[in-house]
Amino acid sequence: MAGRGRRAHGADRNRAKSKCKVDENSPVIQAFYGYQSELDARHDKYERIVKLSRDITIESKRVIFLLQRCAGNEDQEEVLTQALTRIKDIQKTRFLPLALELDGEDHYQFMRAYSPGLQEYIEAVSFYHYLKYSQLVSLTAVQQDLQFSRQDAILHTSPGGASGADSTASQPGASPQGKPAGGSEKKDDKSPLNGSSGSGTQTSDQPSNKTSTEAKAVVDSSEEVAAKKRRNDTDSRSETVVVSVPPMEFMLGIADLTGELMRTAIMSVSAGNLDFPIQACKFMRVIHDAFMSYGNTARELSKKMWTLQQSLQKVENACYTLQVRGSEIPKHMLAEVFSASSSDGLYGGDVDDTAAEHL
Amino acid sequence: METAAVFSDFQEHLDADHELKEEIRNAVRELEQTAREIQTSMQAMHQQAGNEHLLKICENVEPLFSKVREQFAVLAEKIPASQYYRFNDIWRFVIQRLAYLAALKVYLMHERLAERQETADMLGVKVRREDGFHMDLDDFLMGLLTMASELSRFAVNAVVAGDPGRPVRISKFLGELDSGFRLLNLKNDMLRKRFDSLKYSVQKVESVVYDLTIRRLVPASSGDNEPKG
Repeated sequence: MAGRGRRAHGADRNRAKSKCKVDENSPVIQAFYGYQSELDARHDKYERIVKLSRDITIESKRVIFLLQRCAGNEDQEEVLTQALTRIKDIQKTRFLPLALELDGEDHYQFMRAYSPGLQEYIEAVSFYHYLKYSQLVSLTAVQQDLQFSRQDAILHTSPGGASGADSTASQPGASPQGKPAGGSEKKDDKSPLNGSSGSGTQTSDQPSNKTSTEAKAVVDSSEEVAAKKRRNDTDSRSETVVVSVPPMEFMLGIADLTGELMRTAIMSVSAGNLDFPIQACKFMRVIHDAFMSYGNTARELSKKMWTLQQSLQKVENACYTLQVRGSEIPKHMLAEVFSASSSDGLYGGDVDDTAAEHL
Repeated sequence: METAAVFSDFQEHLDADHELKEEIRNAVRELEQTAREIQTSMQAMHQQAGNEHLLKICENVEPLFSKVREQFAVLAEKIPASQYYRFNDIWRFVIQRLAYLAALKVYLMHERLAERQETADMLGVKVRREDGFHMDLDDFLMGLLTMASELSRFAVNAVVAGDPGRPVRISKFLGELDSGFRLLNLKNDMLRKRFDSLKYSVQKVESVVYDLTIRRLVPASSGDNEPKG
């Protein structure tokens, strides 16, 4: 279609011409013009998706850094609220355009382009979720956050539509529970992040909303997936756009989460919070054990498994030190010991190195 | 509680995934077998000159191509909707080889470049992703490049078999194919690597033509006037 429109590549064509006379009308050349435009269109789309993925990675990292501050003595709620705002922002400004790019495509075709960003994003969201609710975020919940109604898409992409879109985004909380106006609103209610103060109007009915959501996610997550599939297969394809989150990508993101937990655990000791390492260690062990049971299913997974083991050991050693030396040193001094001797091999001298490798 | 559920869900996913991949691999293995049979039969093209001989070869492999169509139908059934690219590494190689064999067959019969649609029809697959199990454009182009190197070999062997006019026509054909590929803006991928070796095929055939020409071994009628098919 746009084959002849791509004059930018005229140089190539001239070169071809000078080498041997190209008969522009030959069926072979005609066919190749078609292939050219098709390949170009696909490569362009791929590049656009890579760019979006890169932006998602950068912004997710910022969220993670922000959440690391929970380890310090800053107001935890404040930090979490800020993080949520940023996560919502990533969804709106990055994942929505990405969903539009992927609309009508085979998402797996572009998986390699957006997988890095997606994994980093999952890491950020699961980190947030853990700090907020002390449990692992579910795939269903992550997936629901990345589903957008086409209406939102139109509002967001049109210039000056941002404010209008914001008002629609806050509607699900504000509108009466019994009567959701559209499919997307129902989904928003179940979002794992919506439980906290995403918008001011929502805070009043937040607790009940949250608990019902959580319970539901546990009970019928598999049913929901099936239902969503059905919905996707039939009518709602025209109403929603989505960035699919394959289970493997989700798990790879979770594997990265453990690195962040390790960092936070070590940092929180220096900040005087002696419970977090124990708690995080237990949680990491659950993840570690689960990953062990999967065996060598995917190359990427087993690569991350190794890092996971290192992180877990560091936290375990830190917990050990806490236990042993905790009896002889007063708490406030123990914190000093940890922050001063961060080069002590026992509980992870090279924390920073590992952290750098994670980023 | 929830955490455990997340992991058991994933375990289920892995199990189902494993099973599906195994089924796909089995289907692909069948296709590979047929592709090998076709390839073996078509190698006879190097042994003897003459259009009748080539047409006979093409006739012989026709039943094998219908077998391919059946086998692709079986494979296509196993792929969940919009997950072609999740698994396509498994059959990428065989579909490239079959695209090559189909394009070669078209060339031997008609001495022209196979169209994408007609190649897809021969294999029983679609051209557009939206229409179902399809042949990726890259795979089709890879098939054409493999055909090009096979034809450069054919040019040499045709001379030995007593058909000195053949290299001239192959040279012209490859020249056109080459200028076609030059139109594409290739990324630094497999296709690009394969394309880079196309010039060696072209060169080889050109040198055969050169050898024949300076010895006046090229029949006067070779080239455009040669009856096609």
